[in-house]
Amino acid sequence: MGGWERFAETFLNAKVMERYWPDIVAGLGTTIELAALIVLSGLAAGLALAVLRSFGVRVVNWAIVFVVDLFRALPPLVIIVLIYFGLPSIDVVPSGFVSTWLSLALVLMAFSEEIFWAGITAIPRGQWEAARSTGLGFGETLAHVILPQALRITIPPLTNRTIAITKGTALGSVVAVTEILGQASSAVSNSYNPSPLTLGAAAYLVLFLPVVIFGRWVERKFR
Amino acid sequence: MIDTFFNATIMAQAWPIILAGLGNTLALSLMVVPLGLAGGMALALLSTLRSPWVRWPLMAWVDFFRAFPPLVLLIFLYAGLPFAGLELGGFACVGIAFFLNTGAYYGEVLRAGIESVAPGQIEAARSTGLTRLQALIWIVLPQAVRAVLPDLLSNTLEVVKLTSLASVVALPELLFQARQAQSLTYNPTPIVAAAVVYFLLLWPLVRLLSRLENRAVAAR
Repeated sequence: MGGWERFAETFLNAKVMERYWPDIVAGLGTTIELAALIVLSGLAAGLALAVLRSFGVRVVNWAIVFVVDLFRALPPLVIIVLIYFGLPSIDVVPSGFVSTWLSLALVLMAFSEEIFWAGITAIPRGQWEAARSTGLGFGETLAHVILPQALRITIPPLTNRTIAITKGTALGSVVAVTEILGQASSAVSNSYNPSPLTLGAAAYLVLFLPVVIFGRWVERKFR
Repeated sequence: MIDTFFNATIMAQAWPIILAGLGNTLALSLMVVPLGLAGGMALALLSTLRSPWVRWPLMAWVDFFRAFPPLVLLIFLYAGLPFAGLELGGFACVGIAFFLNTGAYYGEVLRAGIESVAPGQIEAARSTGLTRLQALIWIVLPQAVRAVLPDLLSNTLEVVKLTSLASVVALPELLFQARQAQSLTYNPTPIVAAAVVYFLLLWPLVRLLSRLENRAVAAR
């Protein structure tokens, strides 16, 4: 057997791949579901915190800044482990899926709050004053004048950050989430062959390569 | 609640284990940050060659490793390669995975920095007799690095946080040690302690970044 054939037999084994590709596809579904939940809840929470921060209540803002700093400083895997292995001690038993979702949503919340807030503060004060002088209330000014402009500035950094955090769904495999990597790893130990990992890697590329290229396009378009 | 998550007796027991983990996390960071920077610098310098034969493969390389979750890369090296008779060990796998993954990110940042320096500067430097490489290293790079310093720092923060992945391949860094201590004591206090250590270690950097970023957005 030549070198290439042995390599193909090991990493691109057709028999093993045929046996396990449905698992990988199921994993892909879980990854997409997890990623969608993280993006929606993380961005919504981040925007909510940034809006709350614009009301300028000092104690509230200190709390927001602390929470944001906390989830920017902690490694996502540490948060996942803390929730998954820590909470059961007080009889709260979150699944691996919920632990991963919650952790990465909190991380995205922190990063996106920071970006949204930077966007809001980048709008000149005069715009607030002008809008208020036309009779708009604080909330109306924020919603109709400030946010539409602020969100436009935040799109490039937000896109890249969201992509980076969404890739963290692979961390779920550490707490037994059956996403792509989790499925691939258990298939490898069942089949004694690494081909499922090759399939899993391909699944990640299929999922994230278009997203990364999209991010590159967004960055050029909005600069 | 306090007894569960902030148990002093357990803390006293676990402290030496956590501290050893912190030492290894710092050592690991001191290895992978320069490794990633070196990889990124090589990619960024190569990207200054205008030839499409260099640019396109380079872009594909960078996007490939940015699309790949670092944990997947690490597991592939650690659990996949042994099947090909290549047993590298956790430490080498972490080194390679970080070189490939974080190198791609650093490369993108540095490339943006280099592109932000006006091309006239290279021409001016060349006209004084410097070679292209000398002009890049002595004229362009110092300005490029300054221009993207916040992004470089932000990436470095992510890299240090990412060293926690090494726990998955059983390197005794902070998170791994904390989990060991947790399973020895049947109590989550060590993990809370590890989280506090990470926070205290990285908070100053997060504060600094937050200021730099706000200034950058305000300047646009």
